[in-house]
Order: sequence, then C-alpha cells, then structure tokens
Amino acid sequence: MGKINLKSVYFWLIVLVFVLFPFVIDSRPMTILLTQIFIFAILAMSYDILLGYTGIVSFGHAMFFGFGAYATSVMLKNIDSSLTVFFLSIIVGMVIAGIVSFLIGLLTLRLQSHFFAMFTLAVSGLFLVLAEKWRSLTQGNDGFTFRAPEIFSDRINFYLFVLFCLVLVFLLLRLFVNSPFGKVLIAVKENETRTKALGYKTIYYKVVSSVVAGVAASLAGSLYVVSLRFVNTSMMAIDVTLNALLMTIIGGVGTLVGPIVGAAIIELAKHNLSILAKTYPIFERWIIFFGIIYILAVIFFPKGVVGTLKEKWEGRKMVRQQAMKQKEDAA
Amino acid sequence: MEPVIKTDNLTIRFGGQIAVDHVSCEIPEKHFKSIIGPNGAGKTTFFNLLSGELKPTEGEVYLKGERITHLSSIERARKGLGRSFQITNVFPNLTVLENVRLAIQSREKIYFQMLRYFTSYKHLIEEAEHILEQVLLIDKKDAIASQLTHGEKRKLEIAMLLALDSEILLLDEPTAGMSLEEVPIILDVIRNIKEKGEKTILLIEHKMDLILDLSDSIMVLFNGQLLADGTPEEIMRNELVESAYLGGMYNDDLAGNQ
Ligand SMILES: Nc1ncnc2c1ncn2[C@@H]1O[C@H](COP(=O)(O)OP(=O)(O)O)[C@@H](O)[C@H]1O
Ligand SMILES: [Mg+2]
Repeated sequence: MGKINLKSVYFWLIVLVFVLFPFVIDSRPMTILLTQIFIFAILAMSYDILLGYTGIVSFGHAMFFGFGAYATSVMLKNIDSSLTVFFLSIIVGMVIAGIVSFLIGLLTLRLQSHFFAMFTLAVSGLFLVLAEKWRSLTQGNDGFTFRAPEIFSDRINFYLFVLFCLVLVFLLLRLFVNSPFGKVLIAVKENETRTKALGYKTIYYKVVSSVVAGVAASLAGSLYVVSLRFVNTSMMAIDVTLNALLMTIIGGVGTLVGPIVGAAIIELAKHNLSILAKTYPIFERWIIFFGIIYILAVIFFPKGVVGTLKEKWEGRKMVRQQAMKQKEDAA
Repeated sequence: MEPVIKTDNLTIRFGGQIAVDHVSCEIPEKHFKSIIGPNGAGKTTFFNLLSGELKPTEGEVYLKGERITHLSSIERARKGLGRSFQITNVFPNLTVLENVRLAIQSREKIYFQMLRYFTSYKHLIEEAEHILEQVLLIDKKDAIASQLTHGEKRKLEIAMLLALDSEILLLDEPTAGMSLEEVPIILDVIRNIKEKGEKTILLIEHKMDLILDLSDSIMVLFNGQLLADGTPEEIMRNELVESAYLGGMYNDDLAGNQ
C-alpha cells in the first residue's frame, strides 16, 4: 500500500508543478505549447484505449476529434461565445461522437479487425467530405475564426482549464482500465477466443471501448479549436489519426502515461523543427522525420519510451526478488 | 435420468472430409467419460462442437435436454460448459494470477463494473491464489504466462477451468507435452476433482493406460466415427478397438506405456 501512496504523491507533485508553471515562467509561447501538448495527450490517451488496451486498430479517430472541433466552433460562433455555450458544445460533441462510435462499433467490431480499420477509414473519409461540402456551416477547407469565451482570453486560464481536463481524463481512464471491465479489455486484446471461452461477450467490451475512446477524442477536439480560435477541415483529416497513432506508439502502447509522453515528444519535436525550417526548408517536411522516427521506434522501442522503461524497471525488480529468494533458500 | 450432455448424429465436414461423423452419445450427470482415439480421429473437433467453437453441419447438441446447437461458445460457457484447450490457450502477456482472476471474475458475473478498481475485489484475488495452490503453481503467480514451461501452462489452463467452476469440464489432452514428473500431478488434480463428485467430466487422452482407472466410461473415436462406447473393461475387451486403435500403428504407444 505504501508504494501506491508514493506513486500518487509523485503524481500530484507533477500536477502541482504544471499548475504553478505559467506563474513562474511567464512565457506565452511556452504556455501555448504546453496547452497543445495537453490537448494531444488527451487525444493520444483516447487512442491508446483502442490500440493499447483493447487491441483495436482504428484509422478513423480524426472524425471524433472533428466532431468536438466542429460542435464547439459552430456553437461558439452561431449562438454566442459564453462559457455555458462552450460547455454545452463539449457535451454535444461528445454525444455525437458517442453515437457514431457506438454504431460503427456495433456494425463492424464483430468482423475481423482489419474490416474495422478499413470501415473507420471510410466513415471518417465520409465525414471529411461532408465537412468540405457543407460550406454554409463549416466553410470547408477555408474554415472560419470565432471568439472564445471571454475568460480564456487570458492564456493562463485556458492553460489551467486544459490541464484540469487532462488530469480528469487521465484519472477517469486510469480507473476505467483498472476496473474489472478494463481488465477484460486487456484480455480481449491478448486472446479474444479465450476471453469468449471464459464467458465474456467480447463484442460489448469492444463497443464500449470504442465509445469511450471516441468521446474522449471529441473533448480533445473541442479544446483544440478553442486554443486556435479557428476551425477547418484539416481537423478531421487522416493526419490527426496518424498523429495520435505516432504519439501512442512512441510513448508506449498499453499505458496511459505513454501517450502523454509521446504527445510531449512529438509536439516538442514539431515545434523545434518548425523553428529549424525557417533556415532549412527541408524541415518543413516534418512528416518525413516522423516517418523515420516511427520506423526506428518500432524497431528499437517496440514498447515505446514508457513501455521500455517500465520493462527495465520491472526486470530489475524481478532480479532483485530472485536474488532475495536465493539468499533465503541458501539460509 | 436425463443425460447432462447428449449428441444426436453430430457431424461436421471440412470440405470433403468428415471430421466428426454422426456421433450420438449420452453423458449422465457427474459421470467421468474419457474419449480416446488416434491423432486426427476428430476428438478435438468433437469438443469444439460441444463447446460451440464450431457449428455442426448436421446433428444436434443437447445440454440437460435443452437444444444448444445454435448457441455461441459464450452462451454455452455461461450455461456451465467449461473447456481447456489442447493447444495451450492462455493470456500470454498477463500474469498467472491475472489469468485465473479473469476466469473467477466471469464466474462471479462481474461483467460491466467500470467504476471501481479491480483490486477492490479482494476475494477474487484470494480465490485465484487458492486455486493456484491446488495445481501447484502458486510460486509462479506473478510470472508472465508466456514465460511458463509447457507443463506449467497446462496447469494454468486447468486452474482457469477450475476457476470458472463449470458444471461440465471438457479437458483436451491436459497432459500433452508434459514432462514425466508433471503428468502424475495433473492426474492427481483431475482425480481430486472427480472425487469431490460435483462435476461431469469429459477427458480426451491419447494414452489409454493413464485414464483406465479414472474413467466411468470410455468412448473411442476413429476417423470421426464412434467406434465403441462402454466401461473401461468393455473397451479393453473390444476386438474392434483392439484392431483399429490398439493394433497397427499405435503399438509403439502402448509398448511405451505398459
Ligand atoms: N478447422 C478445421 N478445418 C479443416 N480441417 C480441420 C479443422 N479442424 C480439424 N480438422 C481436421 O479434422 C480432423 C480431426 O482433427 P482433430 O479433431 O484435431 O483430431 P484429434 O483431436 O482427434 O487429434 C483432422 O484431419 C483435421 O485435419
Ligand atoms: Mg486433438
């Protein structure tokens, strides 16, 4: 028990550091960068619920991000830019994301996994086309700007709100994956036939997992557009999905801290590459670099940064335990 | 008395090949039946038809008089049909304890609890440990399942089956590939289950001499067909069985075991 408490002490210490950060280091770009990292951390964690915990590959995660993004921007622009509307828009986005992910899941999660992957790709492509064509609402690829709620004009307030969301989502997802339900998700990933033979209706587990992931991704979308005060169809493009995938894989699938670390690595790298790109235009093609990082990560860190560290740590613990046992046996 | 399991002309074809060929049999409650037959006789396929992993091309399966032919493996598991797999089939990257705990969780019908930590269900963990003690696997409880030896994996498989506490146990060659020292341990575990007298057990075994004293009855499959079904003595005396199964190519097996 003592160990668990220590863990949560570390956790709240880190949270405290980030709460105090903008007051200590008064740098607007840093605050904005961290805000973005937090938002993508939520997105990547939601993706990891599918990929790392349930073993489902989705190529359509961008659409859920997009639902949140459009729900929030359209409502803030067309109703008014109050905080109430903002909260309402988050809920609207989540409900849409929940319904769509539920339907997709129910339709295709019974099939083999690659059908689900292809189907999500197709459906998200469809919604992307819808967003392009429904210009009266979305203004297509040109997009539109809108006003954020007054209170968020102070970047620090928004930063703190996003941090609050991240912590909340992290704690809820941690509870989710460590619940009896979450343990079955992991079992599904490990061996679905066996899970069924134990009497679990695996289809429901997969559907719930995809709904939870979709809803959380929608929250990330809502937050993202407010940070930009702008929306266009790129928020629904496949790049968003690839980003989430990359962050999850680099950080470490099957953990929740992994995607957060992955989001930080990718966003920091992007940020620095875009500075470099001012002198060396080749760095504008950052996707090439991420392609390379991705390949290297898969080869050398198949479990991601956090997964590899965790393995090392547990390996050491095991060795220590064995050494202790041997000592006992000898005695 | 109503048989617990009854099959009626149970048949499955894979392409042109008939793997299980019009097998009709009845298994009474609390009965211990062994299924023997050479490799490829259709024993595992027969289990797959009972447990719902495969659907028959013809024939029916009844559980306590209820037709269950159309039910999925999940529904059959929930009705009390538990099975172990011949090819070890555990959760490879989970700990031994977690493998067993998941089985208990299912039996306790804790299906959709998402808002409490799994560790708050202490009795599940304690029971998992208790079962691991029974199969002599307790000192490996924190090991990752994929790192167990073959024999240990078989023990884990049986522990998971015990954890499910199914009324009917389908055991597919539980001792296959085990080292000689481990075989008696597993047979003891099975004997203990039998002696408690609470379960109906179907056991597939390749080596007949291992199960002669355990079995209430033995059925022999050969080329998918039910060749004989009777008490161990009857099977031993059966000439058909002798010529088909004990004779010819399986001589060496027998020689090795006697
Ligand atoms: N899923 C399948 N598809 C095609 N053929 C199969 C399948 N499962 C089993 N068979 C065939 O059915 C026959 C019986 O196999 P099996 O039941 O595994 O035998 P046993 O367990 O008695 O050794 C074998 O010839 C095998 O090749
Ligand atoms: Mg077999």
